[in-house]
Amino acid sequence: MDDLLADFLTETTESLAELDLALVKLEQEPEDAATLSLIFRLVHTIKGTCGFLGLPRLERVAHAGENVLGKVRDGALSVTPDVVSIVLSALDRIKTIVAALAATGSEPAGDDSQLIAALDAFLGGGAAHPPAKAKSPPAATPVAVEAAPPPPTPAPQPAAAPHAPPPPQAEVPAAEQAPSGDANLASQTIRVGVDVLENLMTLVSELVLTRNQLLQLARSQENAGFTGPLQRLSHITSDLQEGIMKTRMQPIGYAWNKLPRIVRDLARELDKKIDLVMLGADTELDRQVLELIKDPLTHMVRNSGDHGLETQAERRAAGKSETGRITLNAFHEGGHIVIEISDDGRGLPIDRIRAKVLAQGLSTEAELASMSPEAIQRFIFRAGFSTAAAITAVSGRGVGMDVVKTNIERIGGTIDLKSVAGQGTVFTIKIPLTLAIVAALIVEAGGERFAIPQISVVELVRAQEGSSYRQAGSDPHPGDISTSTIEQINGTPVLRLRERLLPLVKLDDLLQLHDRNAALDHGADAARHDGSHTIIVAQVGASLLGLVVDRVFDTEEIVVKPVAPVLRHISMFSGNTILGDGSVIMILDPSGIARATGIAGSGDGRLLDPRSNANAIGRDANDQTTAMLLFRAGDASHKAVPLGLVARLENIPRDRIELAAGVPVTQYRGRLMRLVPMSGEMDASQPEQPILVFTDSDTQSGQENCMGLAVDQIVDVVDEHLRIELSGARDGILGTAVIAGKATDVIDTSYWLTRANQDWFSRAGERDRHSRPKLLLIEDSDFFRQMIVPVLQAGGYDVTAVDTAAKALLLRDSGRMFDVIVSDIEMPDMDGLAFVRAVRASGIWAALPVVALAGRMSEQDVEDGRDAGFTDYVGKSAREALLRSLHQCLAHPPGAGDPMRMVA
Amino acid sequence: MGMTTDTYGARAAGSSTSEAGGTEAEQVFVTLTVGDQLCGIPVLSVRDVLGPQAITRIPLAPPEVAGSLNLRGRIVTAIDLRRRLHLPPPPPGSKQMSVVAEQGGELYALLVDQVAEVMSLKAAQFERNPPTLPQEWSRYSLGIYRLQGRLLVVLDVAPLLALSPQAA
Repeated sequence: MDDLLADFLTETTESLAELDLALVKLEQEPEDAATLSLIFRLVHTIKGTCGFLGLPRLERVAHAGENVLGKVRDGALSVTPDVVSIVLSALDRIKTIVAALAATGSEPAGDDSQLIAALDAFLGGGAAHPPAKAKSPPAATPVAVEAAPPPPTPAPQPAAAPHAPPPPQAEVPAAEQAPSGDANLASQTIRVGVDVLENLMTLVSELVLTRNQLLQLARSQENAGFTGPLQRLSHITSDLQEGIMKTRMQPIGYAWNKLPRIVRDLARELDKKIDLVMLGADTELDRQVLELIKDPLTHMVRNSGDHGLETQAERRAAGKSETGRITLNAFHEGGHIVIEISDDGRGLPIDRIRAKVLAQGLSTEAELASMSPEAIQRFIFRAGFSTAAAITAVSGRGVGMDVVKTNIERIGGTIDLKSVAGQGTVFTIKIPLTLAIVAALIVEAGGERFAIPQISVVELVRAQEGSSYRQAGSDPHPGDISTSTIEQINGTPVLRLRERLLPLVKLDDLLQLHDRNAALDHGADAARHDGSHTIIVAQVGASLLGLVVDRVFDTEEIVVKPVAPVLRHISMFSGNTILGDGSVIMILDPSGIARATGIAGSGDGRLLDPRSNANAIGRDANDQTTAMLLFRAGDASHKAVPLGLVARLENIPRDRIELAAGVPVTQYRGRLMRLVPMSGEMDASQPEQPILVFTDSDTQSGQENCMGLAVDQIVDVVDEHLRIELSGARDGILGTAVIAGKATDVIDTSYWLTRANQDWFSRAGERDRHSRPKLLLIEDSDFFRQMIVPVLQAGGYDVTAVDTAAKALLLRDSGRMFDVIVSDIEMPDMDGLAFVRAVRASGIWAALPVVALAGRMSEQDVEDGRDAGFTDYVGKSAREALLRSLHQCLAHPPGAGDPMRMVA
Repeated sequence: MGMTTDTYGARAAGSSTSEAGGTEAEQVFVTLTVGDQLCGIPVLSVRDVLGPQAITRIPLAPPEVAGSLNLRGRIVTAIDLRRRLHLPPPPPGSKQMSVVAEQGGELYALLVDQVAEVMSLKAAQFERNPPTLPQEWSRYSLGIYRLQGRLLVVLDVAPLLALSPQAA
């Protein structure tokens, strides 16, 4: 009897799910006889089995439902939303009873007479006279309560049908398998308990691990006799693994089964007309993943129906069809499943989001002003964020999208959205096919090994540790392009990666691996001593994050196992696993790390502002950004200096600052460095003094001079379009620019350099002014001109600067002679290339060395520059390189066959 | 390799319970020492006894968690019994053994200084915890057996393994 009951429960549960779908379908296509007879048959079967098993309560409800359906089938009753609703509420009651039956083994007590009366009422008069008192007991589902009252919805009967054109029908396999016609199909499938499959999966995982161990052993023992069989074992294991994985795959349609019903109820409740279109329902994915995305998906569909779609009146007013459409689309894309949930509703209300962001203090007005609409829309993924003006029963409680996002990220997926006002919103979810076995990168930090899922790894970057701020110009290894320098902003490590700043997280610091068992760190020591690190660039949602590790090993296929309950609270780990060598290793969770370090929360923040990505340098002369270092000195306002001018940033311990002849100095790199307090005095209460170090190597004498500008605090580095308003009114300030949304003073470095070293500029000047090489600078940007002229003067040149190529050519035609010319490339009217062609073509400058100052340094650019006639090509703001190049040009005037050099 | 470790016959010892356990009021214990104190764990709650193991430490874990180890393909959380009982850490270089127990479907390895013999003890030798026993011991002790010349503390495995995540 127990077995019989268990079988009945399984079967009935499946039938009920199928019935939900079929009834909704019937409502849309009332004439569909096949669907109707399917429904009738299913209900009939349930009723029949109940009688056989002696379940009177179930039987009565099913019987009453069957009677109504019988009338419909006979044509005595037409399919109206009310009929469908009452049958659905009967099904809900059956579900409730079945659930209790499954839990306790017997029918729960309860009174169904009202429901049965409501059902019976349809038998007499048809849909036109639904009994007013047909209320079902409140104990049951709320749907029944909603459905029973006379419908306020459109006209009486066939209203719903013509308005809802047959939508592309969801290919839900459950509905396809069931029809009894195909008896052969049924015999080809067997029912297997999920636990059996889970167990098989675990065993196969173990087998894979053991295989990996064996392979590792075999690698160390050459010519072993077992290599051949081991290879075969390995192949079979892989096949087996694949086969078992397949048994776990289920069509995503299973996760969508309940949606038509939910959308139907939602539509009635909100008095909207909603079409649900489901595409790619047969796309398969791991059932574990399937279970985990079910709820987020349901939530999102509800959201689309509730918030996304407008009411009928609003849609009419907007010139849209009354019926809104929610489309689900699933497909495979490169080892992932992509699910799109789109609606053709009103789109996300940016203004409301903005207001809400401000009200909740999540961001400031200035920050919002600089954000793209997409970035603002992504605020809906923040916790506690709901823009629904009213909290409805359906959604708007503010626990929505952030939970969805967290759940999806937990399974290694990502979610993004696109929204166009008035046209609708598309959410795109990308999730891995399976969670059980993943490819992972094995890394080492602080003497411990960790695994990072390959899916979130974007690239690996080698970097040197160093306080040295920018070495691009003086890099002694031009060949070693991939090595970058880890830079510090106020103690926070960052990395420049293709003109973006990548926030870095040192794994050993994050995981506090320094303090414990320092003796175990021998492995990391070697790596740490030469100061080189590898940075794992990981994708977390829309942001990038750099994980600094000591070493990177191999990629390995790993079987993800959940961590022990006592460790579940550590969000940095998504699981653990056993490697091929038998050791246990923790699996890092990049999104957990991002959350722990606050990177995900500020995913739309300035450091990773998508705009700075879009503005990769050199795209357009007018679109160029300049890296500016922001700091504070004297007052609370920000001051800025072009990062390219700053050699290094240092924090000097207070006790290492001494007074020599009344001026503050410090010993720096074996020499005395003069410190100039920007605000007039240094704050002696701070243990460390932040210093911007400016250096200048005198190319003639080979000496290096340095000066430290003492500031109060180093704030940030930002890439900005620089529109500087020059003003000579204040000493030491070049002008004002809007940086990071604030008016910021840009300091005049030459002024401060002179303060530090009275002969900073006069050193060169002491020489006979006439012996100084004459240099012509052509640069259209006021700012760059202001920046470069002092550098060149300090380098010992007699500089003449003009802002257009035309003016330069006028100088030529007037007979002015120079020793060397430096020209910008991107300029309005006549650009650098045209200018140098003109110079080479004729006139007294035809043989002069001309150095290009360029934002772009691709090989093609250099090639073009050489063809046009440039002697050398130097990156903008590569100060040292420029001076060196000039020195060289003057030492070896360009000959005919001189090879072109490229200095970054 | 994870399999190179010694696995003692805990199951063989378990079979002796049926002989010895039933007749008189006797209980069988796996005895072990931790910080010079002799302790016992009911043999039926011991899954395995392991020699010194390679243990992967787990960053940010509660301090009592020594790390995790691989027991025939299962990941076992290692609990530092000395820390749990507020004892000083073992002398450097000492090789700790572990007793594996199961709790809620998860395996845990209790790191101890030494695992000794399996003993069958008479109920007459048993006494409740003396009221003066410090709390860090009485919490994990079911009672005391008076042996010849020394006392054996019966460890209560369940509370020992019930680490709260916030313990860190």
